[in-house]
Amino acid sequence: MRVKSDNSSVSETKIRQITFAQAINEALAEEMRRDPTVFIIGEDVAEAGTPFKVLSGLVKEFGTKRVIDSPISEAGIAGIGVGAAMTGMRPVVDIMFGDFLTLTMDQLVNQAAKIRYMSGGKLKVPLVLRTTLGAARRSAAQHSQSLHAWVSHIPGLKVVVPATPYDAKGLLKSAIRDDNPVVFFEDKMMYQLKGSVPEEEYTIPLGVADIKRTGTDITLVATSSMVQVALEAAGSLHEADISAEVIDVRTTVPLDKDTLIGSVRKTSRAIVIDEGYESYGVTAEIASVIAEGAFYYLDAPVRRMGAMDVPVPFSPVLEDQTVPTSEKVAEVALGLCNDR
Amino acid sequence: MVQTNKKKSRVPKPVSVRDERWLHFYRQMVKIRLFEEEVNQLYLGAKMPGLAHLYIGEEAIAVGVCEALRQTDYITSTHRGHGHCIAKGATLDKMFAELLGKAAGYCHGKGGSMHIADQESGNLGANAIVGGSTGIATGAALSAQMRGTEQVAVCFFGDGALGQGLLYESMNMAALWRLPVIYVCENNQYNEYTHYSETTAGSLTVRAEAFGIPTEAIDGQDVRIVHQAALKSVDKARRGEGPSFMLCNTYRFYGHHVGDIDRTYYRSKQEEEEWKSQRDPVQILAHWLLKNKLTDNSSLARIESTIAADIKRAVSAALEAPYPQIDEVRQHVYA
Repeated sequence: MRVKSDNSSVSETKIRQITFAQAINEALAEEMRRDPTVFIIGEDVAEAGTPFKVLSGLVKEFGTKRVIDSPISEAGIAGIGVGAAMTGMRPVVDIMFGDFLTLTMDQLVNQAAKIRYMSGGKLKVPLVLRTTLGAARRSAAQHSQSLHAWVSHIPGLKVVVPATPYDAKGLLKSAIRDDNPVVFFEDKMMYQLKGSVPEEEYTIPLGVADIKRTGTDITLVATSSMVQVALEAAGSLHEADISAEVIDVRTTVPLDKDTLIGSVRKTSRAIVIDEGYESYGVTAEIASVIAEGAFYYLDAPVRRMGAMDVPVPFSPVLEDQTVPTSEKVAEVALGLCNDR
Repeated sequence: MVQTNKKKSRVPKPVSVRDERWLHFYRQMVKIRLFEEEVNQLYLGAKMPGLAHLYIGEEAIAVGVCEALRQTDYITSTHRGHGHCIAKGATLDKMFAELLGKAAGYCHGKGGSMHIADQESGNLGANAIVGGSTGIATGAALSAQMRGTEQVAVCFFGDGALGQGLLYESMNMAALWRLPVIYVCENNQYNEYTHYSETTAGSLTVRAEAFGIPTEAIDGQDVRIVHQAALKSVDKARRGEGPSFMLCNTYRFYGHHVGDIDRTYYRSKQEEEEWKSQRDPVQILAHWLLKNKLTDNSSLARIESTIAADIKRAVSAALEAPYPQIDEVRQHVYA
């Protein structure tokens, strides 16, 4: 099978179907073999491999000095990560639930993001903070949030939201090699999602969006968990004779504005779909970028679809209402395309 | 007086320091003192943007501790960080330039007083968040341990930081993993404008001891006592025996920051005068040097005038120095 890597070179290589979790695991293992300064620190990361089992096996290969179980101290391990990163190491801090980002915010926002600038470029913080996002696991309000908008808002941080095993592996490797603090979000619901990943080593640069499906009538811009939703919506829109282009943002910072604007100039309609709360979120930023860059090409307002502006409810019948679904996306798309 | 909380009362033998070294300590403390006095003048003369938090009165701690460190050891500092910065080896010209926002400053003028850092001398930076650098110092210690370099990290913070949770998270992990970090609490008795007795429950020393971290309460005005305690803690850390906590009791002679001039609502003039006249760390060392005939009054005066001249030169250069180019505003956000 021929695979197109992001350097646009086509090579013959063995392709495997592996899960998102396995892709993350492979990325970490490869980077830790390659670079002895890379280490993992977090809660239950060693023997347990985290409750999501993403890190299983790593402590066996790399030992407890490089896969470090910490106390339940998110602020502490984020701070330790900053200090280690400033002094020659490349820590990968594991924050189990994205909701716990709240506890790390001073270290991420006031320290990690700003140290390079405040030192006039003399210090750097090559830190990766891996965490999760996404609802629908019946984990309720404090374990279900997608807070990537918060960290995208802070100059000095980079933010990665992969949607496939292939992207997850390539982007995580790049994040670890990046000399900046990177917040890396993994959708909890996608850990068992399988996808094609080559055996050969590869990286994906940060700041490049990926057109997951080409189309001509409407652009569906999506992040992380919502990429699958957008692709499903595109499938049903195809049945309704609407050709939807699906763009996977991959990194909210740096944001690939050119690809987004270029697509909407072509299609003239756009929906931005993200699992953060709808108001004041990633959708608003991307919608603005599109409106500014493609205004004269638009045939309809740019629409945002995010998580409902409510704390994520526990009861399944309520929780399921709060996240964009492919049916809802298709419905909105049909509405936008009705005047064709 | 050195007080220890150890059950055994064996007083460790002080490490002998060559006499001439104490003169160097004196010079360093005078350098800090005169630098800070000049900073105050810059503020009062409306020549300095923003504020500064003066270290005057606390010089013995920065000097006593930093003289126990190598250039390759790390420190993290606080909003009151000029003393640490100088004691760790920073030069006056780049410091003044930074405080004035000039391109020649340690941080190209982009950090200012509260974020001043000197990577070459291991100063990982002052920090405007109270307790904000405790995680960083602890992480630097972990890094040193992982790299096997025998470097140590000193974490400076004030009594105010005893209110921040991150400090306790950091100390817990430092103790658990025997990290080479020394926590130096500069207890100048005021969390900004509030006396620490109103904000800090229980015992100050028991906090670190609860994690099994050896703790000493020290007279922070006597640089020789601070230095002996620091040597012990640094040696312990370097030998892989884990963290220590030094509670240094001290006093800031001026306000919380340079604009905090009318202070009687939270601190009596009488209290200030007592510390200034009886507990001045520069005077305490001078007195000891004279008493032990390691120097004489005219030598001390010469030291002071030499440093005063250095200060004058450095501040003039900084005042003349150019600001950064305006397109620098977007540089250094990302590596």
